[in-house]
Amino acid sequence: MSEKKIDNTRRNLVIAAAGASAVAGVGVAVPFAWSWAPSERAKAAGAPVEADISDIAPGEMKIFEWRGKPVWILRRTKAMLEGLKKVDEKLSDPNSKDSVQPDFAKNEDRSLKPDVLVLVGICTHLGCSPQEKPADDKGEMGSDWQGGFLCPCHGSKFDLAGRVYKGSPAPINLEVPPYTYLSDSTILIGEDKKGA
Amino acid sequence: MSSRLMALWDWFDARMPSAAEEFRKHASEYYAPKNFNFWYFFGALSILVLAIQIVSGIFLTMNYKPDAGLAFGSVEYIMRDVPGGWIIRYIHSTGASAFFIVVYLHMFRGLLYGSYHRPRELVWIFGVLIYLTLMAEAFFGYLLPWGQMSYWGAQVIVNLFGTIPFIGPDLSLWIRGDYVVSDATLNRFFALHVIAIPLVLLGLVAAHILALHDVGSNNPDGVDIKKHKDKNGHPLDGIPFHPYYTVKDFAGAVVFLFVFCFVLFFVPEMGGYFLEYNNFIPADPLKTPPHIAPVWYFTPYYSILRAVPPLFNSQFPGVMAMGIATLILFFLPWLDRSPVKSIRYRGSLYKTALAIFVVTFLILGYLGTEPVTVWGQFGPWLANADRATVVARVLTVLYFLFFFLMPWYTARDKTLPVPDRVTM
Repeated sequence: MSEKKIDNTRRNLVIAAAGASAVAGVGVAVPFAWSWAPSERAKAAGAPVEADISDIAPGEMKIFEWRGKPVWILRRTKAMLEGLKKVDEKLSDPNSKDSVQPDFAKNEDRSLKPDVLVLVGICTHLGCSPQEKPADDKGEMGSDWQGGFLCPCHGSKFDLAGRVYKGSPAPINLEVPPYTYLSDSTILIGEDKKGA
Repeated sequence: MSSRLMALWDWFDARMPSAAEEFRKHASEYYAPKNFNFWYFFGALSILVLAIQIVSGIFLTMNYKPDAGLAFGSVEYIMRDVPGGWIIRYIHSTGASAFFIVVYLHMFRGLLYGSYHRPRELVWIFGVLIYLTLMAEAFFGYLLPWGQMSYWGAQVIVNLFGTIPFIGPDLSLWIRGDYVVSDATLNRFFALHVIAIPLVLLGLVAAHILALHDVGSNNPDGVDIKKHKDKNGHPLDGIPFHPYYTVKDFAGAVVFLFVFCFVLFFVPEMGGYFLEYNNFIPADPLKTPPHIAPVWYFTPYYSILRAVPPLFNSQFPGVMAMGIATLILFFLPWLDRSPVKSIRYRGSLYKTALAIFVVTFLILGYLGTEPVTVWGQFGPWLANADRATVVARVLTVLYFLFFFLMPWYTARDKTLPVPDRVTM
């Protein structure tokens, strides 16, 4: 064993063996990392749900659960719908250009039928569930508040179509889930049957 | 009798001499500067709290159930039915806050006396790694009671990863193991909290102490005590860690435990700061509590996150600001260009900067516990902006300026001459 001379053949073998071990190590890590992906059971729980809206009075909101998330269904009054137009210039995306919704909801009231609003009640900022703040909450929300939603986590404000106010931390409007009317009083959340 | 004990010791020592060797190296012949003051209690106290957390944690796992359907009930079972369960749980929850209190004071000591300066950069880096690991440990642990704050806190933090461009949504799905925080998330967080992270933490603590003992401890004067040694090669300004500092730290531990027990017995929830009231409500995925905030030790960073407005329809800049606010600590040894270590010999520039930084950190921390509407709104002249948000934005800038301007103001500062020996 001379200290000066390095046997390059042996050195290369050591390097190659170390490299192979590293590859094997990554290979072993794969099943462990993979085990963190959603299980088949979790994926199966993501099916569409039916919502009965017959008992929602005008101005009232009901919460349904879809994929473990809250889905709000709000029956809007005439006054609420008129309030939407007054806030346009305070919104960052009034026409929902950069927001997530089915194509049918890319209008001002962001719904299939203007009086029924369907929204995923999860803030697009970091996933808290905003609270309804009616138009009478002017003391807290400011004198020109037309009604809407306030996220308790980071103070994002939304109007009654889920459109986000300028200056809120939330980057886009609240998401509208795919949905369709099975009858006048039943909505299927999670499926968007075009023309059906 | 004692000769028999001596014989037993000799038998042991002949077979494992390294036990006595290591004791000498790290305690009875580890020479620490003789001028340690109040600020030097908090390293030893961190070890004490770590031990408290490990012991109380082990006993909590004996009755806790990591199952979304059972977790909340099992914690209440520990609190009400398990003999002594309430005190074990309160020891663990109070210990979590105590851990951050002593660690923050320990880190502040580093800023005061320049303990991160050459040659102690590695000691500091291991320390920052411990701090980050501790944050992970606290975060994973906070989900386990499965209360409203546990649930929504985890939801927010996991979604932070969701804002990373391109891979974000898949990454947060992978972390949760489900479309929302769920049983799968709870179970893996439990595994990380009780096994994985504590092992990492213990390893890092060992590395922190070994790295420290290789280069020797800094002191309130920031002078190198190894420059003056006696004929035995021991520093003239040094004293053996054991018995001198073991005894001193023991006295510190007694005082600390008085305070700890006072909190434990009289104010274990600390008015909602150590255990948030909303966490006594079971997790409800459909309803966010009216006011959600992390536990106090995360709130300065939470304020920074909240202060940064979205850019290009993405919340990622805020997340990045929060990440940089913690990771920038790693670079402190190289940002500080001052020729002196200790605040005693620094000029007014660093003293002012440090004072502003401490006030900034505290106010950011306070604001993070409150809703953004806490101070009301400015008038129309500032577009009715929330006062608290504007203040948090200014303070966020100040937080970063402390670090970004550090190479400039520490190099310019008028320092005083550093004495040759420690001054007591």
